[in-house]
Amino acid sequence: MRPEAFFSEIVATIDQSLVHGERHATSYAAEDTDFIRLNRGKVRQPGHVAQRYVDIRLIHGMRHVSHALSLSGDLATDSEAVQAAVAALRTVLADVSDDPHLLLPSTVNSTRTSRGGPLPPSEALVDTIVDAAEGHDLVGFLAAGPVYRGFANSDGQRNWHEITAFNAQWSLYHRADKAVKAAYSGFAWDDAELRSRMSAAADQLGVISTPPKSLSPGKYRAYLAPAAMQEIAQLLSFGGFSARALETQQSALAKMRTGMTLDARVHVSEDIATGVAPAFQSDGFTRPADVALIDAGALVGALVSPRTAREFALSANGANPWEAPEALSMRGGALATSDALRALDTGLAVGNLWYLNYSDRPACRMTGMTRFATFWVENGRIVAPVDVLRFDDTLYRMLGDNLEALTTERELLLESNTYGSRLLTSFVLPGALVSEMSFTL
Amino acid sequence: MPDFLSFDARASVPPIDADFWSLRFVEEACEAFAVRKNVPQPWALATDRGVMASVYAGGGYGYAATADTSPRGVRDVIERAAAWARATAKHALIDSRSLPRPAPRGNYASPSLAAPLPSRQEWFDLLQRESLEAGLDPRIVDWEALVDVRHATHRLITSEGGDVTQRYRFLYPSITVTAHADGVTQQRSLNGQRGICQQGATEILARFHFTGSGRRIAEEAVEMLAAPNCPSGRMDVLLAPDQMVLQIHESIGHPLELDRILGDERNFAGTSFVTPDMFGSYRYGSERLNITFDPTRPEELASYAFDDEGTRAEKIFLIRDGILERPLGGAISQSRAGLAGVANARADSWNRPPIDRMANLNLEPGDASFDDLVASIEHGVLLETNSSWSIDDSRNKFQFGCERGRIIEHGKLGRVVKNPNYRGISAQFWRSLAHVGNADTVQVLGTPFCGKGEPSQTIRVGHASPACVFTNVDVFGGEH
Repeated sequence: MRPEAFFSEIVATIDQSLVHGERHATSYAAEDTDFIRLNRGKVRQPGHVAQRYVDIRLIHGMRHVSHALSLSGDLATDSEAVQAAVAALRTVLADVSDDPHLLLPSTVNSTRTSRGGPLPPSEALVDTIVDAAEGHDLVGFLAAGPVYRGFANSDGQRNWHEITAFNAQWSLYHRADKAVKAAYSGFAWDDAELRSRMSAAADQLGVISTPPKSLSPGKYRAYLAPAAMQEIAQLLSFGGFSARALETQQSALAKMRTGMTLDARVHVSEDIATGVAPAFQSDGFTRPADVALIDAGALVGALVSPRTAREFALSANGANPWEAPEALSMRGGALATSDALRALDTGLAVGNLWYLNYSDRPACRMTGMTRFATFWVENGRIVAPVDVLRFDDTLYRMLGDNLEALTTERELLLESNTYGSRLLTSFVLPGALVSEMSFTL
Repeated sequence: MPDFLSFDARASVPPIDADFWSLRFVEEACEAFAVRKNVPQPWALATDRGVMASVYAGGGYGYAATADTSPRGVRDVIERAAAWARATAKHALIDSRSLPRPAPRGNYASPSLAAPLPSRQEWFDLLQRESLEAGLDPRIVDWEALVDVRHATHRLITSEGGDVTQRYRFLYPSITVTAHADGVTQQRSLNGQRGICQQGATEILARFHFTGSGRRIAEEAVEMLAAPNCPSGRMDVLLAPDQMVLQIHESIGHPLELDRILGDERNFAGTSFVTPDMFGSYRYGSERLNITFDPTRPEELASYAFDDEGTRAEKIFLIRDGILERPLGGAISQSRAGLAGVANARADSWNRPPIDRMANLNLEPGDASFDDLVASIEHGVLLETNSSWSIDDSRNKFQFGCERGRIIEHGKLGRVVKNPNYRGISAQFWRSLAHVGNADTVQVLGTPFCGKGEPSQTIRVGHASPACVFTNVDVFGGEH
């Protein structure tokens, strides 16, 4: 049975399990993924994971409770399981009080998207990667296969989102912590493209293998490549744009509500239309194609989940319950990427950042490390890789007073973390040239 | 009772052309209770069940996982795992024919596994009481009291006759508050974000004085609104156990993971400044530093009898009197590296393969009372409760932040300071360990959210530590 039809049958069983006055809101997340882990140019752990989860929210008036359960894929077994789950939820529902923050969609908006596939057998992709990495110390990871997201409720709304994609992320190591990071992801695999990206990464190894430069703590000019900007964007994604966190002063961007600004060239939005995330969230609210968050350096919006909308009398805008962006997009600027090193002149070209966290959250001061391909540049030319450095600086300086330029070109960067499941989160980001960035260790 | 407890491998596993196979069944259920700003949050239950087959065949290794734990589902994943093993044998990093083929037999159960727990209403009532007390001051702008109650059952069956069942109960109680006034925001929690996480029943709440802590945490948050920034400079620090656990976790635990040292994690979680030649001779810290891998402390979060590859777990010193002795490496990593290790091959659920993880990683207590520790400091700061963590991919250059600080001058505790941070280098920092608190200063904490691996996994780890004094540390405060 096709996954979409399987979900429809499960929802039909839930619909039939309701008694008078009950409603349900049910979300679905499933995948059939080949995971292949590589080290030293060889296969370390190859495997396959098939998983299906349904989250049933049973509602009566303003009371509601939920049960998220794994499904086996066998329709008869799973139908029994969801019937039992609904019956058990009914007994709990009788004991709970009204939820003042419950908000459900007032209209029915059914959607369906399907993208990508089919892919070549993953065994063949592994052969290509291992062959292309011949002679190199490659360590990396391939995730490939379909990912499914669904929603249905007792009002008849049905949403389905299906993506068949691959995501290969790898590093070519020179020695110790000196390496070049590369990635190839998409919906249609091309051996030639993989080989081209592998070759480009191998070319950078030549520079990585020159003697590294150790820099003293201090302030340096810096060019942050899009992959480095992704780390900053990821940190801000944890509560930065959350309406609830902004209302309760916990957002790192809270001071932007009282006048603090970034450079006027900074424009940030949640741009579902350009990403891979579904256009609906787990309560059934559909998402606008674009939600402006920062416009001309000023905070103009937030991600508002249904609960937050009810609590703070705001309008929900399709945010997930944790109000984190899933398709964060930043507008490009006027600097051609090909001119970035020339514009940097002398300073640090930071390919990747790593392990960011706040050193003073209300001030949006963050710290983190350089990683992978990070170079010292003089007169617009790469001189040497640098030993890892710790930065500690505020967003208001880095993308405010000290922002010199943003690159015209932007990169689509897919989230590679696979905690619990493959994530459908993406970023579209430019590089940034910063006149001064504070490095402390 | 999970259906897989009655699974009969001899009757249901078909003959396959393989050197070894294992089946690892997992069932886990989590009930979440929370009261935020005096509003009970919707009750939620999550249940998860599945099985992973691992197969060694033709020199290769493969795994496959499914939530279908029926005999047919099990048969399918064994065949799929075997197919992966054969398909990639020509590229295999490890010749699986050289790997151990465990046949463990035994059982494990969490303490108080059969003890009754509060009813749903009783949980909500308890949390509501703490919430009401936490939210009394108008400067408290957000607050939440919650507890997750988790039950898990794991069964490991191997082709060599191994059969292990382990049953767990975990409680994660938590209280967090946010105070705000005059443009200043401060957050305070009960031993950190989910820092309290143990095996057992309601005795865990009593152990951490959960009842009544809502008001205390809120008062401390409000107090910090008016506190000065932590001063900057080199000084001695007294790290409370709820900061020590993070210090141990990031700058001892992760660098000692043998799969990092072998390079498996270099594309994601990172490598390690520790190299194989260091074991047996490298001075990791001062002679007061004793670190153990201890899965035998009953209440600690990651206690168990066998790891997920079937190796029997026992208490082992990793660092003794400051000298590095062993890595955190399971049986497969030990075989690859030719080093003795521990029973720490662990997976976070049925759908992820075992890799080298921390479990319970503890700093053994010394003989100094808390008052002795404070008295030993001429100029320094007491740092409580981790709030921020960042470390390089070799696990060397770190910077950590805490929720609360207290100045120590001339051996006496003084004023509260806000936004305390400190930074250092792992390879040097532990050598500045000057005093180790006694057993009275120990707290048994941990985290349910240690992230690592490709595919990514979050695993439960426990850390028991006394309070400790470090000398000449680079301390600083927040933005002025």
